[in-house]
Amino acid sequence: MTPDVLTVQGLNVSVRDTQLVSDVDLTVGPGERVGLIGESGSGKSLTALSILGLLPDDVVPSGSVRLTGIDHDLIGADERALSRIRGRDLAMVFQEPMTALNPTMRIGDQIAESMLIHHTQPTRTAARAAAADLLDRVQLPADLLRAYPHQLSGGQRQRIVLAIALANDPALLICDEPTTALDVTVQALVLDLIVQGVLARSSALLFITHDLAVVATVCERVLVMYGGRVVESGPVHEVFTNPRHRYTQGLLAASNLEAAAPASGRTNLQAGTASRPRLTTIPGTVPAAGHFPSGCVFRNRCTHATDLCATTPAWSGTPTTGYACHHPAGASHA
Amino acid sequence: MPESPTPAAAVQVIDVVRDYPRPRTSLLRPAPVVHALRGVSLEVKQGERFGIVGESGCGKSTLLRLIAALDRPTSGQILVEGNEITDLPERRLRFLRENLQLVFQDPMSSLDPRMRVRDIIAEPLVVQGHPASRERVLELLDAVGLSSDAGDRYPHQFSGGQRQRISIARALAPRPRILIADEPVSALDVSVRAQVLNLISDLVDELNLTLIFVSHDLSVVKHVCDRVAVMNAGQIVETGPTGDVYAAPQHPYTQRLVSAIPTLERALSGATTADLLAKGETA
Repeated sequence: MTPDVLTVQGLNVSVRDTQLVSDVDLTVGPGERVGLIGESGSGKSLTALSILGLLPDDVVPSGSVRLTGIDHDLIGADERALSRIRGRDLAMVFQEPMTALNPTMRIGDQIAESMLIHHTQPTRTAARAAAADLLDRVQLPADLLRAYPHQLSGGQRQRIVLAIALANDPALLICDEPTTALDVTVQALVLDLIVQGVLARSSALLFITHDLAVVATVCERVLVMYGGRVVESGPVHEVFTNPRHRYTQGLLAASNLEAAAPASGRTNLQAGTASRPRLTTIPGTVPAAGHFPSGCVFRNRCTHATDLCATTPAWSGTPTTGYACHHPAGASHA
Repeated sequence: MPESPTPAAAVQVIDVVRDYPRPRTSLLRPAPVVHALRGVSLEVKQGERFGIVGESGCGKSTLLRLIAALDRPTSGQILVEGNEITDLPERRLRFLRENLQLVFQDPMSSLDPRMRVRDIIAEPLVVQGHPASRERVLELLDAVGLSSDAGDRYPHQFSGGQRQRISIARALAPRPRILIADEPVSALDVSVRAQVLNLISDLVDELNLTLIFVSHDLSVVKHVCDRVAVMNAGQIVETGPTGDVYAAPQHPYTQRLVSAIPTLERALSGATTADLLAKGETA
C-alpha cells in the first residue's frame, strides 16, 4: 500500500489554557479527496492552518503532521523549512479571494511568482508562459495576465487563487470554504475546476466546508468535526446515508431542504394555506470556544444524551471509518 | 385581471426601469449607464410568500430597495397595497414604513453596535411616534425565541443566528403587514439556517404577513415560498409556483441555475462536479 500523502496524528491546538482542537487524527491518501465538515467554530479551519503552519503566534499546535516526501514533522518546523514546502508540496485556496491576492501586483506576476520562488520554472519568461497556460486551464482569457485583482469578479479571483495553488503541482491541495462567497453557477464551475485540477495532477485534496451537498459532490471520504474533535468519519456515501453520530444525523436533517418538503405535493398547489413542513433543527447553538461540555462535546445539544455521555466516548471502528458516540444512531434510522 | 381593485395586491411592480449613471470616462461622450432593472413587472398578493432568486448583480437588491422606497425608479410604477409610492415625498411614506419592514443579509452590519438590543428593537416604534413599551419589546423577544434578559445586551454578544433573530424582532416591532427578507440566511450555518427559516415561516403564518424572500439559493426559496420569480441581468426570466419552477424550469437560465445546485440526493446517486455544469454548456 502506498504511503498516505498527509498523516495527522493527535493534533491539539490551544490558545493559553483553552483547547480549540483536540486529538484530531486524519489521513489523506494519494489522489484522494477528503472532506472536513462542521459548523463555524468546530475547528475545521484551525486544523487546516496548523497543517500549513499558519496559526497566529499565541495559538499553539502539538501532535504530528507528516507530509509525503518531507523528512521532518511540519509541527515545530522552522519558518524557513515551512516556506520551502508551502506553495510547492502543500497549497491552499482560502475562502476570501479578495484578501488572498496582492492588490498591487498584476495577475500574471502573481501566478509566476509562486513558480519563481520555488524554482520550478528556470526563468521569468518560462514562468510567464506557464502562468498563461495555468490561466487557460482555469478557463480565463490570457489578457487577464495584465489585469489587477480589483478588475476581476469574485469567481474569477477564486480561479486565479486556484491557478496559483496548482502552479507547482502540489502533493496536497487544501481548500477552505472556497465557494462560500460565490453564486451557485460560479460555484459549480469552480468546484469542477478544483476537481479537474487535482485529478490531472493526481494531487490529494482536503476540502473544508459547511455545505454537506458540496462535500458529497466533491469528496470520496468525509470527516465530521464538532467542538474541535472528529466525531465521525467514513466514505461519503456511508456517512451521509447511514450517519452514526447524533451530530452528523442532526446536520443532515437540518440541511436537507428536500426531505422537509415531503412528497405530498399539496403545498405546491395550494398557495400558502396548507401547513408547511418544518425543518428539523439541532437544538441550541454551537458554544463558544472553551465552553464545550466535558466528555462528549455534543451532549448539551443531543437529545439522546445520558449520564454516560459525561465521559469521553471512545472511537468505534477503524481509524478511517468510525464514530465517537455512546448512543450511535442505528440502521433503523430511516 | 390584475386590474381588479379588491383586494389590492400587497406589492405591484409595473414595468420598472432603474438606470444608474456611471462616472464619465470622457469629456466628449455622455456618461455610461448601468441598466440595473430593465422593465420588471410582478405582483405579490396579500398573504403570499413570494421568492425572488438570482445571482449577484442581477438586480434583486435594487428591486427590493425600490419596493421599500429607499430608492426611486427611473421609470415605471410601484404600488404597495394599492398606493403608488413612486413619486411620494419621504414625509408621505409613513404608511409604508409602518407596513413594510426589512430583514437584511448581514446581521452584524445591520445592527448598531452601540445600542442595546431592547433599544434596537424599539427604535422603529420610537421613530414612528409610538410609545415603545417594555412589554412590546419583551413580547417581540419572546416571539423570536430570545430570553428576556437579551434586551440588556449588545449585538456583539450574540451569535449570527441570534443577531438575525434580533433583526427579525426589530422588523416586526411596528406590526408590519409585509416583511421583506434579503438573503436572511446566507451568512448562517446549516443548523442555524434551519432554525431561522422555521422562525420566519412560523411568524409569517402566525401574523398573516406577506413575505418577499430574496435569495440566491433556489432550494431555500423552494422551502419557504409559494411563488418565485427568477431574475437575470435586470429582468425577470421566469415566474411560477416554486415547486414547478424547481422541478421543470422553462427558461435556459433557470435550467442552468437549477442544475448548478448541489444536492445530497444527486451527489449520493453519483453526480459529479461535471454534472453541475452539464446543462450550462448546452444552454
